[in-house]
Amino acid sequence: MAQNNEKIAAEKFAPAIIDSAKSEEINKPSLSFWQDSWMRVRKNKAAVASLVIMMFMIILAFLGPVISGKDSEAQNVTQNNLPPKVQGLENVSWLPFDGTKTLPNGKEVDYYKQKNVDEDEYYWFGTDALGRDLFTRVWEGTQVSLYIAFLAALIDLVVGVTYGAVSGYYGGRLDNTMQRIAEVLMGIPTLVVVILMILVLEPGIVSIAVAMSVTGWVGMSRVIRAQVLKLKEQEFILASRTLGNSNTKIISKHLLPNLAGVIIINTMFSIPNAIFFEAFLSFIGLGLQPPDASLGTLIDDGFKVLRLHPHEMIIPAIVISIIMVSFNMLADGLRDALDPKMRD
Amino acid sequence: MAKYLVKRVFYMVITLFIIASMTFFLMKLIPGSPFANANKLGPAQLEIMNEKYGLDQPVPVQYVKYLGNLVQGDLGVAFQFGNTPVSDLLVNRLGPSLQLGLQAMIFGSIIGILLGVIAALRQNTWIDYGSTFLAVIGKAIPNFVFAGLLQFFFALKLGWFPVLFWKGPEYTVLPTIALSMFPLAIAARFMRTEMIEILSSDYITLAKAKGANFFEVAFKHALRNALIPVITVLGPLTASLMTGSLVVEEIFGIPGIGEQFVKSIAVNDYNVIMGTNLVYAALFVVIILIVDILYGVIDPRIRVAGGKK
Repeated sequence: MAQNNEKIAAEKFAPAIIDSAKSEEINKPSLSFWQDSWMRVRKNKAAVASLVIMMFMIILAFLGPVISGKDSEAQNVTQNNLPPKVQGLENVSWLPFDGTKTLPNGKEVDYYKQKNVDEDEYYWFGTDALGRDLFTRVWEGTQVSLYIAFLAALIDLVVGVTYGAVSGYYGGRLDNTMQRIAEVLMGIPTLVVVILMILVLEPGIVSIAVAMSVTGWVGMSRVIRAQVLKLKEQEFILASRTLGNSNTKIISKHLLPNLAGVIIINTMFSIPNAIFFEAFLSFIGLGLQPPDASLGTLIDDGFKVLRLHPHEMIIPAIVISIIMVSFNMLADGLRDALDPKMRD
Repeated sequence: MAKYLVKRVFYMVITLFIIASMTFFLMKLIPGSPFANANKLGPAQLEIMNEKYGLDQPVPVQYVKYLGNLVQGDLGVAFQFGNTPVSDLLVNRLGPSLQLGLQAMIFGSIIGILLGVIAALRQNTWIDYGSTFLAVIGKAIPNFVFAGLLQFFFALKLGWFPVLFWKGPEYTVLPTIALSMFPLAIAARFMRTEMIEILSSDYITLAKAKGANFFEVAFKHALRNALIPVITVLGPLTASLMTGSLVVEEIFGIPGIGEQFVKSIAVNDYNVIMGTNLVYAALFVVIILIVDILYGVIDPRIRVAGGKK
């Protein structure tokens, strides 16, 4: 201690200048709402990890069918129900990627040899009952599932935000009527409406998305309405109105930017919901019809042969689970970052 | 309270009416004939069939008749079973569905609440992370995937439980676990947040300061109050159990309403689909009402304004 004291120069002990003009100076760069939120998201390791995984899955969904070099529709019945086989990994004995399968009687069979598949032919995820490459089909199915989910979320967003904003902003009798309608819609279980709609509309990508949105937007509209009710009493709205801005302009220029946080959170939660519901519909036989395939129909097809060829269900099941988990975790992280009050 | 009740029941009736009307008019929009062998029938036969089922009358008349039948509990006949009334079909299948739903709800919420409480008491330990992870998995993994995997590993591969059917208690284990994952996950998450908040409140500190032991504080003082808000999630949970029971019953071959529903979709038996749909809607609406009333009764803080007792 004594030695250290000698090294400090005497001029370092000059009194600090107290200047009242500078005492309130801001010395950190000011952060916008988005920068601040991004900082909080980055601190949440689970959310960052899910963001990375999600990006990876989306990239694979588009890249997968290209790099496999196979056609998802090309049938080759002589090479059907092949188990997965991957270059390099086939020699690692504990990984299930060597193209062999254990039969129910305990015998291990090399399916690729049995079916006379070329030595250098690899089906990374195996093939399905019609000999179609499962790797290509899984990623194309992922594309379709994501597409339906984004479409449904977008419809929910547009209808829900408009309805909620109008209802909350104009208030009075209009609000009263609109809320009564919303209340009745809230009381109808999604399952019931979706099944009704699907029976009437031909099952297809758009009709599934539309069917899910029939009551899906109500949740969003309620959150938006509550926020608008709170925001419209604030001074900056009053100022804007005093300056003579029209209602439309106030809603779009002042209210919507302030609602962005809740909109993002809600959309992030409705995407995995839509993915689940689409897969669910496929599973009970109301989903996409062949040749269209989504993760749901792949799981449904795989389930029928689960006992003999488990890979045909387990692979799409793993893919959908990873997507669902990462979307849910990211949504949780975003909620904590964008709106800490909504934490539950 | 009485005024509130009347209002809620009124809404319930309106909701049911709208669902029933929607069902009717959407049915009318479905292209094609309701008779499976329509193209084999001659015009005279079609006329007789139409007359028999009242399809020759104008739509408004059919509509009124349909609503009248509904009120009396008549849901039409199931074509796939030689014209058995749908209501009979459903009543016979109600038992397994209710049992499965209740078992899953009870198992899921008890385990979920326990997990949530333990996670809150041992915040930021591996127990906490483990239960949070379980909750995320339970919420995110679709129940039919989960049910399929359970059946594959525990029934087919390991042979611990029967694969299919509904013949005794051991048959109910896997379906119950599969269906209870979602309630479990939701209850665990909800309970954890609720408990953490309550554990930091003044009356808990006081109880601790007075020397109450750990378990007494956790289970006597904190748990009771934390349980109140959990009732609010009962509504969404019921909805999830209904969706879940469709696939779980189908996967495990349980003779319940859900399995019937999925089978009827496969053979396009519209009467059964519509009837079951209406039953689901009615069940859902009634349960939501009960949950709301329960909530008001249990927690005096949210008793509806004007409802002086």
